[in-house]
Amino acid sequence: MKKLLALLLSLAMLAALAACGAQGTAQGGTPAGDGAALKIGAIMLGDETEGYTAAHINGIKAAAKELGIADDQIIWKYQVKEDSGCYEAAEDLVGQGCGLIISNSYGHQDYMAQAAEQHPDVIFAAMTGDYAAISGLDNLKNAFNYTFESRYVSGVVAGMKLKEIIENGTLTPEVQPNSFDADGNVKIGYVGAYPYAEVVSGYTAFYLGVKSVYEKVVMDVMYTNSWFDIDKEGANAEALVANGAVIVCQHADSTGAPAAVQKLKDNGTLCWSVGYNIDMLDTAPTAALTSATNNWKVYYKYLFETMMNGQEVPADWSAGYADDAVAITPLGPEVAEGTADKVAEVESALKAGTLHVFDTSTFTVGGQPVTTAPFDLSIIDFATGNVIYQGDTLETIQDGYFSESTLRSAPYFTLRIDGISESGAE
Amino acid sequence: MSGHLSHPAGAEPLVRIARREGVGFWQKVLVRAAAVLLALVVDALFLFFVTGLNPLRVYGVMWGGTFANFTRFSWMLRDLSSLLCVGIALAPAFKMRFWNVGGEGQILIGGLVAALVMVQLGSSLPAPLLILAMGLGAVAAGALWGFVPAWFKARWNTNETLFTLMMNYVATSIVACAVNIMRGKNSALGTLNRASRAGWFPAIFGQRYTINIIVVLVLTFAMYAYLRWSKHGYEISVVGESENTARYAGINVRKVMLRTMLLSGGICGLCGFMLVAGRDQTISTATAGGRGFTAIIVAWLAKFNTFYMALISFLLVFLERGASEIASAYSLNEYGADIITGVILFFILGSEFFINYRLIIRGIHKEGR
Repeated sequence: MKKLLALLLSLAMLAALAACGAQGTAQGGTPAGDGAALKIGAIMLGDETEGYTAAHINGIKAAAKELGIADDQIIWKYQVKEDSGCYEAAEDLVGQGCGLIISNSYGHQDYMAQAAEQHPDVIFAAMTGDYAAISGLDNLKNAFNYTFESRYVSGVVAGMKLKEIIENGTLTPEVQPNSFDADGNVKIGYVGAYPYAEVVSGYTAFYLGVKSVYEKVVMDVMYTNSWFDIDKEGANAEALVANGAVIVCQHADSTGAPAAVQKLKDNGTLCWSVGYNIDMLDTAPTAALTSATNNWKVYYKYLFETMMNGQEVPADWSAGYADDAVAITPLGPEVAEGTADKVAEVESALKAGTLHVFDTSTFTVGGQPVTTAPFDLSIIDFATGNVIYQGDTLETIQDGYFSESTLRSAPYFTLRIDGISESGAE
Repeated sequence: MSGHLSHPAGAEPLVRIARREGVGFWQKVLVRAAAVLLALVVDALFLFFVTGLNPLRVYGVMWGGTFANFTRFSWMLRDLSSLLCVGIALAPAFKMRFWNVGGEGQILIGGLVAALVMVQLGSSLPAPLLILAMGLGAVAAGALWGFVPAWFKARWNTNETLFTLMMNYVATSIVACAVNIMRGKNSALGTLNRASRAGWFPAIFGQRYTINIIVVLVLTFAMYAYLRWSKHGYEISVVGESENTARYAGINVRKVMLRTMLLSGGICGLCGFMLVAGRDQTISTATAGGRGFTAIIVAWLAKFNTFYMALISFLLVFLERGASEIASAYSLNEYGADIITGVILFFILGSEFFINYRLIIRGIHKEGR
């Protein structure tokens, strides 16, 4: 009996192989852009329990609702890691008739590109990706918000707080001596995930926001080398505060840092927290000042609408305050007086285009103002040194400011400006 | 069936457990089928009362996770072959009662060597030679990872469970470090040799992993024959039953141990190579994906019969694919779906108990059925 079973099983495997040959890769997707019949596949790194993915899920759902796209027109794939599982998910969604497939994490991009090559009729939107425009694939798209704008505004909120506690004498070298460096600058901190352009762009914008309100400030950036590590983010926040940081901002996805800051604050240290993605007031009811967030609905609505109208989706899309694509969350109870007015003023200047976050008159690199910073858009394979996709080298400094997210949607600001130090990068 | 020992009623505990002997093939099948059925009923209750979904429809979706179309079926075969490959690798080690819980590390180190060879020699070697070099390198690396704990055990009688487990962490850290170096300034490593595709398995019948499936199919037969009919296989089972007996019979236990672990680690390394060349085209700390541990269940449940191992691998992969399909179709998160598959697994594992043992309740002095 055992032998019979074994025989049957091996026959089944052989039959499956033979069938492989018969079938091949014959698979067709729905042609893009046929109006209400648009079927959307969403590949998500996490699920609704995790802030980053939750923001995307909510964005997609809100956009679909406004456009009258029914729930069953969207097929979800949760917890898709940044490996071949992403390619598989994309293939599966194509098989289920999706004409548009979205992935929400940077590491999905390679696998989306792989699928895009196989299925030229389907549109693949690799969110936060960076090479759609130079990949030679017409159906691969990238999008990224001007998150640096909301970072800047959250920095303004932090700057207002610093200014208040210094001017009213709450924070002095006598009260908290290690919060000042040798030159009398106030220390702030930043918990960063990785030393990538996205993070550098974000912390620089935050720092410049603080500096626009309170000039004498220096910032320490400590990396966790992970996008989501609640313990390490908490530990880094504690280390920063122990080193004197009065305000700790973050670019990592957990609530570890605000929770740690709240605890230290409750124990009597002068410190506050600025978050990312989600409102941190539940985690840090008195320590949280605000959080910088993205409103992904704006892009998703644009994307769905463009496809439903049968129009061409641009390879790169990026927008900020002017389109309500970024924002800060409600202000916490301990923000400085007049913060709301100041925020409104800065936001309207960003909207009007009269204020530029990376204004070269506001920062120096190595003591010198920056007048030129060419950026090579090519994608390099660092394992072999080969160029994977050849891109142009373009000037980023225009009209006295560093033009972020205009040459492509993904951030590329990697200047290390004076006043900020980094540690912990692997 | 028989073997019931009668005790004076007073000294007898309420429930006794007795070994069941001579259970027929169909009886086993029946017990297992009953277990699956029972699990489905429990799951149905969970689905209906907790999520409010129609259980039958959910089961339909679950079935579709593997059988909805041919592509999904072929993915199931691919995943089955990866898991089965590790099971095949672990079987000889476990059969000789050498607790090789280091499959994960052996896969990873094999995969890493394959990936490094792929990147370093990708532009200088012709495709067949490159793939051969990757394969040999991976097998050697995996074998080394298996050999080290075996050598320490043979020499100083170190504990192989701890040793192989530790080797997993070492391998994971080495892979993490190498990935960090290879990705350079990019924020993710992505697929290797993306432009040249050097070192990727050629697509056969439209899929690169067809080669994986064929190789594992061959291994299934080969390992069955090796364990069952070869002298080596006999030695392994004698050492597994009793080292003293083995020694008495003139078997060199150390030699058998070292040789078997070289084989076990080598096949794990081969699995790493196939994952890199045939499935992922990249390496990461997640390449092994827990197979080194899951395969232990596969090998044990099948009592080292490679064909049963295929069946159990199928079941595990089917459940896993079904779970993620349920999560996708009903916007349940993965936890909900994991509960469903968890219950099924629990009942199946539980049924093994009832196949091997029976409960005797005090006062019931009839012959056990």
